[in-house]
Amino acid sequence: MTIVRMLSLLLLVLTGALASATTASAQAPSVDIAASIGAMGEASLRELTQIVEDLASTGDDTVVPALQALAAGDLYVEESTGAIVIQRGRTLLDPISGAEVSIADHDLSRIRVNNGLRNDISAALSSMTLMSDNPASRLSAARSLQANPDADNVALLDEAIAAETDPSVLSAMQTARAVTILDSDEASLEDKRAAVPVVTRNAGRDAITILAAARSGAPEELHPAIDAALAGLEQERVFWGAMQNVWFGISLGSVLLLAAIGLAITFGVMGVINMAHGEMVMLGAYTTFVVQLVIRQSFPGLLDYSLAIALPAAFLVTALIGIAIERGIIRWLYGRPLETLLATWGLSLILQQTVRSIFGPTNQMVIAPTWMSGAFAFYGLNITYSRLWIVGFAIAVFALLLVVLNRSSLGLQMRAVTQNRRMASAMGIRTPFVDAMTFGLGSGIAGLAGVALTQIDNVSPNLGQNYIIDSFMVVVFGGVGNLWGTFVGAMTLGIANKFLEPYAGAVLGKILILILIILFIQRRPRGLFALKGRSVEA
Amino acid sequence: MTVANRSIAALGLGVAMTMGAVAVPVLAQDEGPIKVGILHSLSGTMAISETTLKDTMLFLIEKQNEAGGVMGRQLEPVVVDIASDWPLAAELARQLIEVDDVDVVFGCWTSVCRKSVLPVFEELNSLLFYPVQYEGEESQRNVFYTGASPNQQAIPAVDYLMSEDGGSVERWVLAGTDYVYPQTTNKILEQYLLDKGVAAEDIMINYTPFGHSDWQTIVSDIVAFGSEGKKTAVVSTINGDANVPFYRELANQGVAAENIPVVAFSVGEEELSGFDTTPLVGHLAAWNYFMSVDTPENEEFIADWQEYIGSTDRVTNDPMEAHYIGFNLWVKAVEAAGTTDTDAVIDAIVGLETPNLTGGMATMLPNHHITKPVLIGEIQDDGQFFVVWETEDLVPGDAWSDFLPESAMLEADWTAPINCGNYNTETSTCGSAAQ
Repeated sequence: MTIVRMLSLLLLVLTGALASATTASAQAPSVDIAASIGAMGEASLRELTQIVEDLASTGDDTVVPALQALAAGDLYVEESTGAIVIQRGRTLLDPISGAEVSIADHDLSRIRVNNGLRNDISAALSSMTLMSDNPASRLSAARSLQANPDADNVALLDEAIAAETDPSVLSAMQTARAVTILDSDEASLEDKRAAVPVVTRNAGRDAITILAAARSGAPEELHPAIDAALAGLEQERVFWGAMQNVWFGISLGSVLLLAAIGLAITFGVMGVINMAHGEMVMLGAYTTFVVQLVIRQSFPGLLDYSLAIALPAAFLVTALIGIAIERGIIRWLYGRPLETLLATWGLSLILQQTVRSIFGPTNQMVIAPTWMSGAFAFYGLNITYSRLWIVGFAIAVFALLLVVLNRSSLGLQMRAVTQNRRMASAMGIRTPFVDAMTFGLGSGIAGLAGVALTQIDNVSPNLGQNYIIDSFMVVVFGGVGNLWGTFVGAMTLGIANKFLEPYAGAVLGKILILILIILFIQRRPRGLFALKGRSVEA
Repeated sequence: MTVANRSIAALGLGVAMTMGAVAVPVLAQDEGPIKVGILHSLSGTMAISETTLKDTMLFLIEKQNEAGGVMGRQLEPVVVDIASDWPLAAELARQLIEVDDVDVVFGCWTSVCRKSVLPVFEELNSLLFYPVQYEGEESQRNVFYTGASPNQQAIPAVDYLMSEDGGSVERWVLAGTDYVYPQTTNKILEQYLLDKGVAAEDIMINYTPFGHSDWQTIVSDIVAFGSEGKKTAVVSTINGDANVPFYRELANQGVAAENIPVVAFSVGEEELSGFDTTPLVGHLAAWNYFMSVDTPENEEFIADWQEYIGSTDRVTNDPMEAHYIGFNLWVKAVEAAGTTDTDAVIDAIVGLETPNLTGGMATMLPNHHITKPVLIGEIQDDGQFFVVWETEDLVPGDAWSDFLPESAMLEADWTAPINCGNYNTETSTCGSAAQ
């Protein structure tokens, strides 16, 4: 009992000492950097916040690597010794000196941070990293200063702006300076007046918010200038908002085009109602997953090119499966659409369950290559790289298919068989072979679509199901048997969908599109671009 | 095709019912194995989530059998596949109870599945343990809700975001999939936020279809909504497969958790395992269990589970813990009652408690919900969650939300003398206009 009491007394004294130490350090700039960093290993989130504040108050550059590593989740504590290290790749660095340290059979555990702390760190770091050698950290410092405007920083920003060479960082710094001036009470009217056009020009999507906030605090004389800037921005916003919607529509349209274009061949050209088309897309996606898995395990250096490598693989796998399906099932069912529909529907269920049994029911991970992540601003548009690549890819596939159908001998034979099977056969074309090849081509293109869809959707056994209805909609709407119809159909549906969505919501938007298509098909049963001539009835 | 299928199914059902009627008197003796029904989707859209729960049940049953079974009798699992088809779920529930003669059923994931099988369990007086967080506004005598009700997940999550630790959020996007769970949860949350003084224009509600994959417009709307100077957060009740494209679009449009955090109620370790989580670090989820929780019980559970399933890559998640708790409570109730008889188990189970995996005790309440801790976790780059906040005490599950005017006066209590799932405390009568 006495021992316990003594211990608790000791603990009390210790915590008291600790508490007084931290309050003292918060006031005095003389913080023991090494000790503060050393204490991070055992600290709770609240204590970490205090430590970060203390370290930032030193204004000492030596704390920057440790704080950056903490925010990025690279700061670790060695469990047995309590030493704090930065982990970079396989090497361990000392958080203060940056020298490499080696600890034999270490047991590292990460020092975890939350959103609030990450925000604190980036705010604390901004004044210290504004002059850093790395443009990315200068940029994030400028952004962070813009988010937390403080009149004390103007001088610092002026200094940084004078030294800056990178145009995008410079623009961010000028914006931060302008925002700070608009926010401050001490800045002169002239400075504020000069700051308005800087914000208007540089702040992009945030400009309206910043100016609207500044207007409430600004002196009367400044209001006309801000109002004029706001009116101009509002007009621009409406215009670019519409443009952004068109872009969203095009990118949705290209996804639809990719999914539907293979179907345009099997259903449109051959007339086979292939309900397993979606599963070909799914198999293409799984091929990508397998290719990436192999690359990750055996050739990690090629990971960024895994999608490019997966393209031919996915095409081959799905084309071969398509040919097998045609030879094994569909060729016995030509001219019996209902049976074809049922057989391919059953086949789609079999394929789904097979994939589920092999790979498991959960989603598989396909990593986005670095060249497909992120976004860039194009005037007032915000364009993500993944979507841009998919739009480009869809157009490339479409162009390639046009060339194959119109310029190659296989394409010629395909068209001949479609238009008049008996005549083509009499001319010496091996119609069964052409049938198999056509179906294989359609399936292979579905496989290519699967590769692209890994970047925006789940790689799960249900992947194909989500696209089969949309694909049929596109093909029927565009006009059966016409590739250009599929192209125009996909783009029209994509853009119409995106323009309906803001007004009607995603759910109602989808319903409206379905109703519009039904009405359209009532008026024009053969779709947008109807084939003319005898072949239509054959 | 449908007509033919239906008539065959009906014929099968007819045969099943006749067989069931004959079989029951023979099997209803307290001898031989105790049969446990497992009613989950092993194919179709929900297979992604429910297959793991089926495996969890088989794992729990095997462990119980190794430990000697229940009352000296072995447990025998009966697995059926409801194939994400809810009318089929009702038929199979009937088959489990009448033909296979199971004493208890563990199953369902979606609310629509639970609602479809409810009448069957009521009519045939059997037991269902339902392991998933749901929208509340329900309490049924034959059902035990071992997942979270809204006051055990949604409300604490919003409280956390409103607090200083969570970033003092002032504007809210309530984004969900268009069905009963998100709609009811959002209705409760909207009322709760309005009660807390949030202006109506600071709440944006958005619904999307199942499996929605094109999030460009919605994410860009969220960004616009969040750039008006007030701290904004997204409360996501987006379900299943739609989450991956949603988070991808967020990452691509540069929405970082520090600016606009997303707190999700349907995204757990299992969902994240098919996912490169690097761009998601810092986004949140609210659950009653995380795999990363450091307790001896959890460590043992994870080790046993990974050994059973034969892979150290497999994760554990919240609904698995709910099945773990539900199963243990049922075992205790059967042992306390000395029989598997439905009425005896229902009477015995209320008030029983069993350890959960996060270091607390799960108690079965009279309203057939359980007590749970509420944890808020931030997504880490290894697909796990780091717990940033948790409730100090266990939160008792509330069947009827106190924040909706039509259900505030309702209570559920399945013990004597009330014995009612929707007892109106104002009129002191059972049943109300709300149901």
